[in-house]
Amino acid sequence: MLKVDGIDTYYGLGHILHSVSLTVKRGEIVCLLGRNGAGKTTTMRSIMGLTPPRRGSILFKGEPILGVKPFRISRKGIGFVPDSREVFADLSIEENLEISERRFEGRVFWDREKAYELFPALKKICSRKAGCLSGGERQMLTIARALATNPDFLLLDEPTEGLAPLVVAMLVEKIAELRSFGLTVLLAEQNQKVALGLSDRAYIIDNGAIRWHGAVGELRENEAVRKKYLLV
Amino acid sequence: MVAPSLSLAYRARSLLRLETLAFPTAAAVLFLLPLVLPEFYVYFAALVLVTGLFATSLNLVLGYGGMYQFHHAVFYGAGAYAFALMLAKAHAPLWPAFLFAPLVSAMLGLLIGAICVRLSKLYFGMLQLSLGSLVWAVVFRWYSFTGGGDGLHEIPLPDAISTTRGAYYLTAVVVLICMVLLYRIVNSPFGKIFQAIRDNPQRSEAIGVDIRLHQLKGEVLAAFFAGIAGALYVVVEGSVVPDMMFWTASMEVMVMCLLGGWYTFLGPLFGAAVILGLRTFAGIYTDHWPLILGIILMAVILFFPEGVLGLLLRRANSKMELSTETEPE
Repeated sequence: MLKVDGIDTYYGLGHILHSVSLTVKRGEIVCLLGRNGAGKTTTMRSIMGLTPPRRGSILFKGEPILGVKPFRISRKGIGFVPDSREVFADLSIEENLEISERRFEGRVFWDREKAYELFPALKKICSRKAGCLSGGERQMLTIARALATNPDFLLLDEPTEGLAPLVVAMLVEKIAELRSFGLTVLLAEQNQKVALGLSDRAYIIDNGAIRWHGAVGELRENEAVRKKYLLV
Repeated sequence: MVAPSLSLAYRARSLLRLETLAFPTAAAVLFLLPLVLPEFYVYFAALVLVTGLFATSLNLVLGYGGMYQFHHAVFYGAGAYAFALMLAKAHAPLWPAFLFAPLVSAMLGLLIGAICVRLSKLYFGMLQLSLGSLVWAVVFRWYSFTGGGDGLHEIPLPDAISTTRGAYYLTAVVVLICMVLLYRIVNSPFGKIFQAIRDNPQRSEAIGVDIRLHQLKGEVLAAFFAGIAGALYVVVEGSVVPDMMFWTASMEVMVMCLLGGWYTFLGPLFGAAVILGLRTFAGIYTDHWPLILGIILMAVILFFPEGVLGLLLRRANSKMELSTETEPE
């Protein structure tokens, strides 16, 4: 479904991603593991077109999306949940979801109501300003907002970062539930436990390059790799 | 403490009551004003309404859209000139001329907007200022058509609106309709997307919003309403001068928005009333009235940066939240 092939991404003169390649098949949950500053967020932003790579290619459903504007990538079916949990603070939860809906474009599976079904807690406070939400509520809203765009592929950038264990457990449950709706997920995570519990396959990124990839079971057993690239 | 759903329903009901009451109340007050006020104050009220509409149209793109619209007066002037020229040179009837004015402004908005929305923030503002100044220079220099620096005076207006009270009533009706339309726009999904772009353009793109197209639509809408305000200015004043589309006029209307409150719907109208009041009444006693304005502005920026109306609304909202928490079931 997604094929990233040898992308190089820069921030100004800084060379951040070095020939990063990865593939995600339809229906899979694939995680991108790495330490802080390893290049996970840049990879996500590169796929979404927010920090366009200078070299390489990205194919989504067989169609090249490198150089395509982010809003067009979103409309092709990629939902993006950024790591900073940024919501539109001046708008209510309802308005955040309302402006994200793409009802008029083709087949619609995900919409505002479906997103509320996944996160009923949001429905109860739907008229509350997003700027007044707690960290967990904000993260629910950013995921719901990405879902309201009616994606069939979701980029989740560190969804559990900085959240209380109870909230993390709830989010993990919800992300696992997404698979049952047929969503494909690329999950960037630092939290090994969460990522390995959710995913089918894993990529390890370090210093802007993919160092290892394989099935989650293999990674669990490969302590040397985990020690080398994931331990602080 | 009541259940959140009850509290929300109560708030929604309160807001609904406020909005449904606001329109007839405003209409009644505007209708009754000329019956109790002397002629000069009727003229002043009409000028406040016109300038308030002009400032509100700017606030659509500046306050709600976060676009650095540094030269909005060019659309106001374009509407005024289009209306005045249609009446004075083409001898067109009132209503076609009145419809022509905002269309000219909207077309100009489309042209300038299509060039400027490729840039963002200060670059957008500087390019917009340059292109607006270019339009002003054409108007200022084209003496045979626009009257150059002298402008156009004694525009032939129909008898019904050539009196102060007639002009006031036309202005009041049109401004009221325009304010309702602008309020609807601001609170529509279009307006909410505009606010989302202002808050975070990248996140807006990531949810599928075509930022440039949206900003261009906003620019055209703002220019359209500024054009209506421009035409109304001609109705009230009976003349048009190039100064009304000079860059200093744009700065003045920005100050009105700042004073009243960027993020409030009626703030710019309030700011327009304060500044026009200062100019008119403090101007009687001193030529240095901008000094008083400067002191007021410093106080606003230092003590309530969300503007006077912004501050009042914030206080009213927090009081309302407190009262909903104690409302009995």
